[in-house]
Amino acid sequence: MPKIAEVCRHVRSKNAGPFWITVDFFFADDDSFARYRDAPELGPDLFARLFGTDPGGVKRVPVDALRMIKISYPRPHPQGWRHERDMHGGQQFARLLSVELA
Amino acid sequence: MSELERTVTKVIVPSGMLGAGVKREHIAYGLAQGAHAIAVDAGSTDSGPSYLARGVSKMNRESIKQDLLVLLQMANEAGIPVLVGTCGTCGADSSVDWTRDIAIEAARELGIGLRIACLYSEQPAAVLKRKLAQGKIRPLAPLGQATDELFDACDHIVALMGPEPYIDAVQRGANLVLGGRTTDTAVLSAVPLMRGAGVAQTWHASKIAECGGQCTTNLRRGGVLMHVGANHFDMEPLDPGNRCTPESVSAHLLYENSDPFLLVEPGGILDAKEAVYTQVEPRITRVVGSIWRPMPYTMKLEGARGGDYQTIMLIGIEDPEVLANLDEFHDRMHKTLVDRIAATFGDEAGDFEVSLRLYGWNGTSGQPVPADTPPPRDVGVLFVVTARTQDLADRMARSCNPYFFHMPIRFDMELPSYAFPFTPAEIPRGRVYEFMLNHVVETEDGFELVRTDWVDVSSTGTVEHLETPNA
Repeated sequence: MPKIAEVCRHVRSKNAGPFWITVDFFFADDDSFARYRDAPELGPDLFARLFGTDPGGVKRVPVDALRMIKISYPRPHPQGWRHERDMHGGQQFARLLSVELA
Repeated sequence: MSELERTVTKVIVPSGMLGAGVKREHIAYGLAQGAHAIAVDAGSTDSGPSYLARGVSKMNRESIKQDLLVLLQMANEAGIPVLVGTCGTCGADSSVDWTRDIAIEAARELGIGLRIACLYSEQPAAVLKRKLAQGKIRPLAPLGQATDELFDACDHIVALMGPEPYIDAVQRGANLVLGGRTTDTAVLSAVPLMRGAGVAQTWHASKIAECGGQCTTNLRRGGVLMHVGANHFDMEPLDPGNRCTPESVSAHLLYENSDPFLLVEPGGILDAKEAVYTQVEPRITRVVGSIWRPMPYTMKLEGARGGDYQTIMLIGIEDPEVLANLDEFHDRMHKTLVDRIAATFGDEAGDFEVSLRLYGWNGTSGQPVPADTPPPRDVGVLFVVTARTQDLADRMARSCNPYFFHMPIRFDMELPSYAFPFTPAEIPRGRVYEFMLNHVVETEDGFELVRTDWVDVSSTGTVEHLETPNA
């Protein structure tokens, strides 16, 4: 089973304001994009499990022209809370890389 | 001049952040293309709630002044205005005043006259309570409805301005507009909208240009020049060796935005779903097909406050026995320190928390490490204690000192000393700051919650505060 790191050429995460983190998945080729554009493995449950977010808040939008999907999720705690470890949310993508897809 | 050129508005966006540094040759290039304004953002929530909670800038005074010296001198020679959005990182009233004083100093050094319009959008809790009672405040996900207590809890609250106060200020003769909290795009949009450029094209161009060179292929080579027409816009780098490509331009719409196509702004929504990006010249990308949907006027609110205090300590560990049992070490150390504080401080301890972050193991995520992970060569352990006052947090850290630096991994061994780099070992870190609001307020228009002050600096350096000048 391929990992996200193997089907994407680039994955990045960043704050989208203080209450959201947005993750961009840029796929490596057309086949991978076609296969995973709407894949349920990249659904809200994955983000709930990895990031402790409310699955009901997860938003997913594919951008066909850029062969990417953008998935945004509410931060479980606002940016800068007392146990903050990643102020920009810029390292949150890392735990997605080894996730296996069907 | 062709019809197309006459109706195109050009704005120099020198960088994504005032104070990041600007090059004279980049500004000169934009001016040579006939730029109508220089516009730049100076704010962001990205560095966290501390700046808004305190009403201070993240950038230092020297960096802001350096950029203003270049921009004000070159704009003065060209006879075009400079617009700065979200002064001093957070756009609180105090940050606008701070920037204004730097600008006055820069103008005096340059020996140029300057008419400065200061736009303030900080909001007293009382104003927002009234809006709340009128049903004119609503939450944005993931927060719930605001309350009076929520507004009272904030140290500073700002409303994000749209372009209207900037347009008004430029029309009344401002050479320099210094705005409080403003949407990143509104400050760039003001002059194109004032000159009748396409509304959707203007907002879309501004979203692309908001971070300066980030929409180019080489983001370290200066900012961009927006060319906004009635039905299209072009994005061009200010550096002749840099390029804007359909990919570099369209990809920027993804940046720090939870939706890649829709952007909510004061008074409407930009919809870029159908936008088409074309390389019209080797360095220039043209965009057509964006849509603007007008909506009732709303301003987003941001609020922040200072909360409890933290004190930190740091140790490094290379002892292989500890490194082979890091999770156990973490859990035992954590319990030891919490017990120590509880026993030492009793009721005074209050609602304290201790956090240990093992950098080199799982310090960044705090998540469990897979069972087959080999031990690292080295870990840094960051101790963070959070308590009601700085003094209490400092004393708690000191009470943990013998345990944090010397807790053995086995009880039958002599006391180790972990590697601590500083003396004194504990570092008072200050307050924990919190973002409190993610709401919008309905307003009559772009002016209802905004105040404008005018300052004239003469070419001999005298400063005069004006009543509203004539248009």
